[in-house]
Amino acid sequence: MLLSPALFISAVLFTLGVAGVLFRRNAIVIFMCVELMLNAVNLTFVALAQSLGMGGQVFVFFVMAVAAAEAAVGLAIILAVYRHKQSVSLQTMNLLKDG
Amino acid sequence: MTGTAVDLIWLPPALALLGFVLNGTLALTRPTAKRLVSVIGAGVLLAAFAASIAVFSAFVGLHADEPVVLRYWSWIPVGTLQVDVALQVDQLSLVMLLVVTGVGSLIHLFSIGYMKEDPGYARYFAYLNLFVFFMLVLVLGASFPVMFVGWEGVGLCSYLLIGFWFSDAANANAGRKAFIMNRIGDFGFMVAMFMIFWATGSLDFGTVFTHAPMALVPGSRTVTAITLLLFLGCTGKSAQIPLYTWLPDAMAGPTPVSALIHAATMVTAGVYLVARCNLLFAMAPVSSAVVAGVGALTALFAATIALKQWDIKKVLAYSTISQLGYMFVAVGTGAITAGIFHLATHAFFKALLFLGSGSVIYAMHQAYHHTHAHDDAQDMRNMGGLSRYMPWTTSLMWIATLAIAGVPPLAGFFSKDEILTAAHARGHVEPIWLVFWGLGLLAALLTAFYMTRLMLYTFHGPNRTGEQEQAHLHEAPWIMTGPLLVLGVLSAAGGLLNIPALYRGGARLEHWLEPITQPSAALIPAVPLSPSTEWLLVGIAVAVAVVGIVGAWQLLKPQRLVPARSAPEERGFARVLRNKWYVDEIYDALIVRPLVWFSRVVLWQEIDQLVVDGAAVNGAARGARALGWANRWLQTGQVGTYVAVFVVGVLLVLWRAIG
Amino acid sequence: MTLTFFRIFGVIAMGSALLCITRKNPVASALWLVVTLFALAALFVLLDAQFIAALQILVYAGAIMVLFLFVIMLLNLGRPGPTDIRGPVGLLTAAVLAGALLLQLRVLGQATLPSSIQLPPGTISALQQQQGIVGSVANPLFDTYLVPFEIASVLLLAAIVGAVVLAKRKL
Repeated sequence: MLLSPALFISAVLFTLGVAGVLFRRNAIVIFMCVELMLNAVNLTFVALAQSLGMGGQVFVFFVMAVAAAEAAVGLAIILAVYRHKQSVSLQTMNLLKDG
Repeated sequence: MTGTAVDLIWLPPALALLGFVLNGTLALTRPTAKRLVSVIGAGVLLAAFAASIAVFSAFVGLHADEPVVLRYWSWIPVGTLQVDVALQVDQLSLVMLLVVTGVGSLIHLFSIGYMKEDPGYARYFAYLNLFVFFMLVLVLGASFPVMFVGWEGVGLCSYLLIGFWFSDAANANAGRKAFIMNRIGDFGFMVAMFMIFWATGSLDFGTVFTHAPMALVPGSRTVTAITLLLFLGCTGKSAQIPLYTWLPDAMAGPTPVSALIHAATMVTAGVYLVARCNLLFAMAPVSSAVVAGVGALTALFAATIALKQWDIKKVLAYSTISQLGYMFVAVGTGAITAGIFHLATHAFFKALLFLGSGSVIYAMHQAYHHTHAHDDAQDMRNMGGLSRYMPWTTSLMWIATLAIAGVPPLAGFFSKDEILTAAHARGHVEPIWLVFWGLGLLAALLTAFYMTRLMLYTFHGPNRTGEQEQAHLHEAPWIMTGPLLVLGVLSAAGGLLNIPALYRGGARLEHWLEPITQPSAALIPAVPLSPSTEWLLVGIAVAVAVVGIVGAWQLLKPQRLVPARSAPEERGFARVLRNKWYVDEIYDALIVRPLVWFSRVVLWQEIDQLVVDGAAVNGAARGARALGWANRWLQTGQVGTYVAVFVVGVLLVLWRAIG
Repeated sequence: MTLTFFRIFGVIAMGSALLCITRKNPVASALWLVVTLFALAALFVLLDAQFIAALQILVYAGAIMVLFLFVIMLLNLGRPGPTDIRGPVGLLTAAVLAGALLLQLRVLGQATLPSSIQLPPGTISALQQQQGIVGSVANPLFDTYLVPFEIASVLLLAAIVGAVVLAKRKL
């Protein structure tokens, strides 16, 4: 059975995504890390679909739709931010901080 | 519903309430419409009295042994506690109904003349009507809570009317004193009510008294506690030791109020309550002894104070306390009929005495008003010789005086004699009652003495009002003397209500109240006295009254009195009596001052300022601020930090999911 | 045989993902992510999800990653400059948190499926034999999941409108 190695790979990929989000500052890279996490979850869905039915694969379909929408809106936001700050670094996105 | 006029029992309280609403509206909108106010104020009472008579005769026609309970609507339906707004018509409540509406009507009529010049005329009648409403709720209520509503309501009206002339701080304080003293008693009443519900599972009179013999053990602690707490309520409302001190101060109100509320009706509510619960008291011999003992002590104690009072109303106030003591001796002894009988006759002659004194004060006030003098219109040292100016008042008040002293064949003789005989009879079984009998007899001697003193100083001897003022002293108008006349007849003939078998009388009240007294009479052993003993007791009582009157007449010399302005201070024991045994001062030192100190230093400065304000209120604010100060370091504005914290949160949630 | 291939592609996916998150240059990161996505597509094939694997390559590796690269190029982020990787404190925090997460996920991964809800082995393959590879996904998609499917289309429409509104300087 491939379930156990698939879950392991999925866990590692997800953790790498989280780590990337945590230690990178570039917004676009962080975005890619989010995509990485989504793909890790997709792998889990597909692996479990083998033993639990086709619903898992259908869900991967939906995740992809959401990821596409997210990429479109997210990249548009990055564009807008860059237009204001001339940078995509998270350090420059600190309007919430006082002073 | 009985289909007879008994169903109209809601009418008397409703009429009084209507009077209150109308007069209250007038007081707020057109306070000068005195004629309309008089018609409404006295009219509703007369109509209520007429309705009461109709109910009474219908009830007599029913020949009912069971009370008629008329339920109107459900008031407190909570689980097993079901309280209806219901009125109860039975022999006892009918007696009270007739006394309240009858005497009340006469006093309302008297008030029309007495309060004529007062700017608060409409307000006065609104309060008086409201009082009658609550008093009727009290005596007609078919359960403890409904009765309690009336009980509190009359307390409220008493407060409002004592402080009627509230612009004078002393009057307002007297009102407050009455209110607060009554709260102590009400606490007892309420706790008793809770215990009754706990013990019998109901608060309706009918159910409670049916269940009580099964639910409670005679002489048990529970029933003793219930009855003692009830009696605590009575000591507040009916001005018995130790809560009596508000009643003399209550004389600050208008005199008709003193007659109606603080002599004839409200203060007898405690006697009514004990009579209503006679079954419970009969089951608790200790409580019965306490009731009778406190009553006897109060009777004597108040009578001693009355000996040296100069204010005519204060004498009557202490006399009232003393007479209420007699009533408690009666109901404590188990002689319910005697207590209610004395309640009724006392309502007649004490109302007469108060209204008569009101008449005197009215005349004195008018005289001083004409000459712009500022002497005390209530001080007996400023009176004297008034019989020449006010013959009607004098003779009617003499009737009342002889009645209260117990001179046969006036009303007070029969009722007081019955009480003393009952106490003596029970003394054959339980000797302590012989002591009560002795105290009562001594109080009777003093009663005769101080009442004669009051009459002597007020109406006889030389006049001390002043040369110019004498010309303005005259009899009050007919609207005031008319009610006096009716009360005079009642005081003289009130004994006819219940002439005992000893004089070949029918003892009508006795038979009438039998359905009420029967359950407790079965519990208390009746001691039949031989006719010779009874005649001996009657002889002693009459002798005591005569000795009191003649002694006062011989010993006191009104010629030696000087007007209050120039009177010297009393010395020795007289001074102690004059200052009412310093009871107010003792209460002040023992209770009021420590309480004030405790509230000021401990409760205010320590608990309120330090604990509540400091620790609780400001502490909460400081805690919130400290929490904010700590949390602001989390709010860096850096997205990276938020992500890290978010991941920590995810980890915690996952941890829960795994664990 | 399948397991060996699975392991090989798994190692490729994990290795390229590691390189993706550690490259300083965003263009390099994007290209390594593409490698990861291709490796994942291969894993999907091995897990009997051929249609999903095709979608993965077309939608993810094809469309989405091209969009990423397009934005990177547009903003001219590929040029050398100061690193965007955090300092030692940030790295330590990331390492600790990521390590804890991995531990927890491993613990979750150890859990066994209850046999009552488990399909017998080969069910999916049989279904694909019977309905075809696309049909086996399409049947539940347009049947059980029809309403979510329609909602997903609305979501995409909203995302398109939103992207236009956000990215355009002036409407």
